[in-house]
Amino acid sequence: MSDPALIRLSAITKTFGRGQAAFQALKGIDLAIEAGEFVAIMGPSGSGKSTAMNILGCLDTPTSGSYEFEGVRVEQLSRNQRALLRRHYLGFVFQGFNLLARTTALENVELPLIYRGEPAAARHAAARAALEQVGLAGWEHHTPGELSGGQQQRVAIARAIVTRPHVLLADEPTGNLDTHTGEEIMDLIGALNRDQGITVLMVTHEPDMAAHAKRVVRFVDGRVDSDRRNGEPA
Amino acid sequence: MLWNTLLLALRSIRRNLMRSFLTILGIVIGVAAVITMVTLGNGATRAVSDQISSMGSNLLMVRPGQRYGPGTEAAPNFKSADVEAIRNQITSAQAVAPVVSMSATAVYQARNWSTVVTGSNNDYFQAGNWELAAGRSFSETEERAGKTVCVIGDTVRDKLFGGQNPVGSEIRIKQFSCEVIGLLKAKGQSAMGSDQDDTVVMPLRTVQRRLTGSQDINRLSLSVREGASIDAAKDQLTLLLRERRNIAENEDDDFRVMDTRQIAETLTSTTKILTMLLGAVAAVSLLVGGIGIMNIMLVSVTERTREIGIRLAIGALEREVLLQFLIEAVVLSSLGGLIGIVIATAASIFLAGLMNVPYLFDPGINLLSFFFSAAIGVMFGFFPARRAASLNPIDALRHE
Repeated sequence: MSDPALIRLSAITKTFGRGQAAFQALKGIDLAIEAGEFVAIMGPSGSGKSTAMNILGCLDTPTSGSYEFEGVRVEQLSRNQRALLRRHYLGFVFQGFNLLARTTALENVELPLIYRGEPAAARHAAARAALEQVGLAGWEHHTPGELSGGQQQRVAIARAIVTRPHVLLADEPTGNLDTHTGEEIMDLIGALNRDQGITVLMVTHEPDMAAHAKRVVRFVDGRVDSDRRNGEPA
Repeated sequence: MLWNTLLLALRSIRRNLMRSFLTILGIVIGVAAVITMVTLGNGATRAVSDQISSMGSNLLMVRPGQRYGPGTEAAPNFKSADVEAIRNQITSAQAVAPVVSMSATAVYQARNWSTVVTGSNNDYFQAGNWELAAGRSFSETEERAGKTVCVIGDTVRDKLFGGQNPVGSEIRIKQFSCEVIGLLKAKGQSAMGSDQDDTVVMPLRTVQRRLTGSQDINRLSLSVREGASIDAAKDQLTLLLRERRNIAENEDDDFRVMDTRQIAETLTSTTKILTMLLGAVAAVSLLVGGIGIMNIMLVSVTERTREIGIRLAIGALEREVLLQFLIEAVVLSSLGGLIGIVIATAASIFLAGLMNVPYLFDPGINLLSFFFSAAIGVMFGFFPARRAASLNPIDALRHE
C-alpha cells in the first residue's frame, strides 16, 4: 500500500432492478490495481465479472462504494467527465468487436482521435501506425464486413491503443474467436502490456487465456473469491 | 468540435448511402409535390384572371336565368326589341350586341370543320375586344337584310384555308353558302378553356333565319362607355329588363347580369379552391414522406443505438453525438428539400408549358415546404438519437 494504486475499488456494489426484482450483481468489491499490471478477471457466468469490468471502464456506475482512478473519485464525476476520462485514459476491446459497420479500418481507428480533436494528418499517421502495430498494414481500407473475426478484433485493438491509453479494458476479447486466433490476439495484448507498459484488465472465462495474465482475480457470486499472481514471470 | 462533428456526420451519411437515399427520397417527393401543385394552381389562377382582363373591364353579360319556386318554367329568351330598348334607354352603353350561337359544320372545298356559329352585329366585335386581321366587318345592309356573309376566327381559317387568305372565298354552313368578308385576330383560349378563335360570326338575322329559325336571342353583351359607372349601368339595365319582362315587384329576376369583375371573381375563386385542394393532397404526400423517414429512422435505431454506444464508450460526449445526429438530419433533409425544389421548378415549368398557364415562382410555398421537410427530418432523425445518447454507454452497446 506504499505506492498509490492506479485503480482502487472499495466496497463497490451494483444492484440491478428495484424492489422484489432487485438483483445484486456486486456485493462489495475491494480491488487495487497498479500501473503496468496485466490482470485477468475470471469467474462463472453471473459472478459479476462483466459488471465489475463495466464499472472499471466507466461505462456503468456503481450503486455504492468508491472507485478511485489515478486518485480521482470516479463516482463523483459527471457523465461528461466520465466520457472525457474514457477518451483520454481508457481503451476498450469488446467480445463483439463493436466496430462501426461499413466504415473502413482506418476510419474506425481514427474515430477516438477525431473526438480528441487531433488534426487530420496526425490522425491518419497515428491510425496507420496503430494498424501496423496490430499487423494489419495494407488492410486500412477494408470495412469490417471484409475482414475476418481475428482481423476485426485487431482493428478494435488498434482503435483502443491509438490514443495511447493508460488502461486497456478487454471484455472476453477472444470469446468470438477460434483458439488459434485467440492465442494470437492474446500474444498481441501481452506484448502491449510488456512493451508499452499499458495496464491491461481482461475478463475471460477461458483458463488458457487467463494464463497470459500476470495476475488472476476470480469472482464468485458478486465477490472476489481469490486473487493470485501467476507463477511464471513475465 | 463543430468541424470534427461535421466530418463525422458527413462520413456517416456517405457510408449509409441506402438509408440516406431513402430518407432524402421521402422529402424530395413531398416537397416536389407540394411546390408543383401550388405553383401550377397559382399559374392557372393567374391565367384565368389574365384572360378575363383581356375581355375588358367594362363588359356586361346578360343571360336569361331560372326563377326558383312553384310553377317554374324556363325563362324566356330576349328579343330584338330588347336590344333596341337598351340601345335607346341605357345611355352609358357603348355597344349592345345580341348573341345567338349554335354549333355547325363549316365546309370549304374538301375540308370541313365543326365550329360555333354566332349571330350578332358589329357591336359584338367592339364588346368582345375583337380586332380584324383582314377584310371588313358587316355593312348596315348586310345586317338588316341578313345577307350570307361571315367573319371567321383564326382557328377556322387555319382548319379550312390553311395558309391561304380566306377573304372573298365562300364557305358552306349547313344548306347555304356564305362569303367570308373578314378575318379576326387570334385571341387564344377563353377563361373557361375553350378556343375563342374557333368561331364564325354572321349577322344576327342570317343566323335566326337560316339556322335557328326563331326570333330569340340567347344572350346580350354590352360594353359600357369609358368613365361611366358599371354598377349604375347594371342597375339601369336590370330595371329596364324587369319592366320589359313584366316581373312583379316581389318576384326575383329571371335573368342574370354579370360584369367581368364578377366573372373573374367566380372563376378565380374556383381555381383558388382547386389550388388549395391540390396543395392539401400534396401536403399529404409530404406527410407520407415524413412517415417514411420516421420508419427508416426507427428501423435503423438498433444499429444506431449500438453505434452511439460505441461512440460514447470511446469517449464521445453526449452533446457531440447529438450534434452529429442533428447535423446528419439537417444535411439530409435540407438536401432533400433542395432537390425537391429543383425537381418542382423543372416540373412546374414543364407542366405549365404543357397546360398553357404562366409559371409563377412562389417563394412562400418553397420556403414553407423546405422548412417543413427540414423539421420532419430533424424531428425523426434527432429525437430517437437523443434517447439513445442519454442511455448508459453499456446499455446502448447492448441494445438489441
